[in-house]
Amino acid sequence: MRTVLIILRKEFKQIFRDRMMIPIIFFMPFVQTLILVYAATLELKNTNITIVDIDHSDFSRHLIAKFNASPFFKVNYQEYNYSLIEDDILKDETKSVLIIPANFEKDIRSGVPVNLQMNINAIDGQSAGLINIYVNQILSGFIKEELVEKTAINPGLLPASINVKSRYWYNEELNFKHFMLPGILVILISMISIFLTSLNLVKEKERGTIEQINVTPIHKWQFLIGKMLPFMIIGIFELTLGLSIGMLLFNLPFAGSVLTLFVFTLIYLFAGIGMGLLISDFAATQQQAMFTIFFFFLIIILMSGIFTSVESMPDWAQSVNKVNPVYYFMRILRSVILKGSTISDLLNEFIALIIFGITVMSFAVWRYRKTV
Amino acid sequence: MKRFSGFLLKEFLHIIRDTRTMLILFLIPIFQILIFGYVIKNEVKDAKIGIIDMSHDNVTEEITARLDAAVDFNVVREYRNYEEAESGFRANEIKAVVVFADNFANDLGKYRSADVQILLDASDPNLANLINSYISVILNKYSHEKIQTGTPALVSTEPRMWFNENLHSAYMFVPGTMALILMLITALMSSISIAREKENGTMEILLVSPLKPIQIILGKLTPYAVLSIVNVISILVIGNVVFGVPVNGSWVLLLLSSFLFILLALSLGLLVSTVVKTQQTAMFISILGLMLPTMLLSGFIFPIENMPVILQYLSYIVPAKYFLIIIKSIMLKGLGLDYIINEVLILISITVGLIALSVLKFKTRLE
Repeated sequence: MRTVLIILRKEFKQIFRDRMMIPIIFFMPFVQTLILVYAATLELKNTNITIVDIDHSDFSRHLIAKFNASPFFKVNYQEYNYSLIEDDILKDETKSVLIIPANFEKDIRSGVPVNLQMNINAIDGQSAGLINIYVNQILSGFIKEELVEKTAINPGLLPASINVKSRYWYNEELNFKHFMLPGILVILISMISIFLTSLNLVKEKERGTIEQINVTPIHKWQFLIGKMLPFMIIGIFELTLGLSIGMLLFNLPFAGSVLTLFVFTLIYLFAGIGMGLLISDFAATQQQAMFTIFFFFLIIILMSGIFTSVESMPDWAQSVNKVNPVYYFMRILRSVILKGSTISDLLNEFIALIIFGITVMSFAVWRYRKTV
Repeated sequence: MKRFSGFLLKEFLHIIRDTRTMLILFLIPIFQILIFGYVIKNEVKDAKIGIIDMSHDNVTEEITARLDAAVDFNVVREYRNYEEAESGFRANEIKAVVVFADNFANDLGKYRSADVQILLDASDPNLANLINSYISVILNKYSHEKIQTGTPALVSTEPRMWFNENLHSAYMFVPGTMALILMLITALMSSISIAREKENGTMEILLVSPLKPIQIILGKLTPYAVLSIVNVISILVIGNVVFGVPVNGSWVLLLLSSFLFILLALSLGLLVSTVVKTQQTAMFISILGLMLPTMLLSGFIFPIENMPVILQYLSYIVPAKYFLIIIKSIMLKGLGLDYIINEVLILISITVGLIALSVLKFKTRLE
């Protein structure tokens, strides 16, 4: 036990002696939460929309006012001229063009269906889909409020007589930052556990200092605990720091229990450090370790559902995710932080992470040789 | 010249000998494109939804059956009350719950209107929005067909999706992957490789050799330029063959602008390598200063216009932003040089500036 404590002290000294470590540990949570959360947004706001009003009627002005009031759009006006409209889209001056046709008001009043042409630059397919949805939401709001209530058009003309009321739980304002923040915390903790552990070990290999330890009477397990425990502690520290930044600066709600979160994080750190150790077993140089991690990291992060729903992925990808620890941790952090899920709600994830962690760690420890 | 070609050969051998790194360099773009293409889908498919049916009449059961039959949804459970539904949300069993009010069919007959409530798990806001609109579409369609046959929608839109009719996400990620991979291979790899010579002390041997400094630089950079051209072509071919991403404009213009970006990235790598002493610093500077901005601030995944103003200004100094505008214009919009001349000129001036700066900073002596 005393040996372990001494090794631990040595490891902490060694970690903090590296001048890169302090900025990494203290700045990374800030950089990631501040820049990533702001930059990694798939939320639409203030998208440029050009409205071409051919009708110039009360109705068309009411409709334009609705677009002006919407936080999603920034409205520009344009007279009808097809080649100008085309040029605006080609040069990316506007993202979408809505054309209100002549006789818009007259047709609505006489019950003739009206079709508005909507041109969207769809290179970014996802934004284009969202723009289309928002435009239609504004239109149905316009129909309900402006037409039915103010001008007493026969409601029998309206398409739906099933009234739909939607309630958005756990994130009423549809704040995309609250969705991204737990995801960013997952990246942060994964980087600490996988990158730092393996780079730390490979550096000793590259410099040859690992041989000096190998010839000492220190047991393999003592040495490995000394290598792993500091990163567990740093990982928990990073989670606390990142979460505090999220709660203070982004009003991230915290619905669950802190204890649940820490229990899950410790299990995940154990699994992540196991992966870092495993990679360092096979890499000879830091450059190799770096590229190997970069390669796998990119894949498991993208597949974990950080940006998109896992349920929409093809079946084979969902099966791959069964052995992807990031996938479990992503679900766990989001559910605990935003929805207040407990360990019994997340029992599957809990068991899966434990099994994964123990398997990877035992393999990595078994593969680790105290010889050169 | 013979001296130089010998040096060049040695550099190529250095890179090829590290098979694992080579393999990863070629696999990264391929895997990235395949994952983006097959896995990252911004659509709703088989989303699990629940039902709370307080009425249990023929109308609500028919609507439930329709929701279940749609490719977008799977009705997995019926909950008795809100508390049950809430625990379903907490355990991630479902993404949404459709709630039918009491006396649904009766109300519909009597008042010509009945209430449906959709509860959505908005911890993923965009998905919640999509699911909401898909469920609404199914409900609207049902009421069209069954309740008020024949009445068309009063006001509707006719969307025309320019440049990407079927909203394929490949149109975004194929150009984006190109920019990212070029940065990775040219800037990151070349800066690490020069830094390694410094760290190992072998740079001294090169400097005292009869090779001119410019030959040393060219010999170090040429292999990476060749590697990245191979990668550009493989990305374009996979993008085209597997995902149908077209090249509507001129191939020559596309390859020339890619080459321009490769030159720019190489000079960035060179500049990084002149200021760092160790591989680790080279890695961190390249990742934080080059890779992350290329991923986040270039419009690769995240639209720049949605970001806060400060980040929008910051994006003006990210070269990948201009490169993406150029190649998207050529590939997808089929535009010629006259539309993208500004961006091309910006890239050329950045490249010239960087080369001048790094030649000035490249030291032929050791401190």
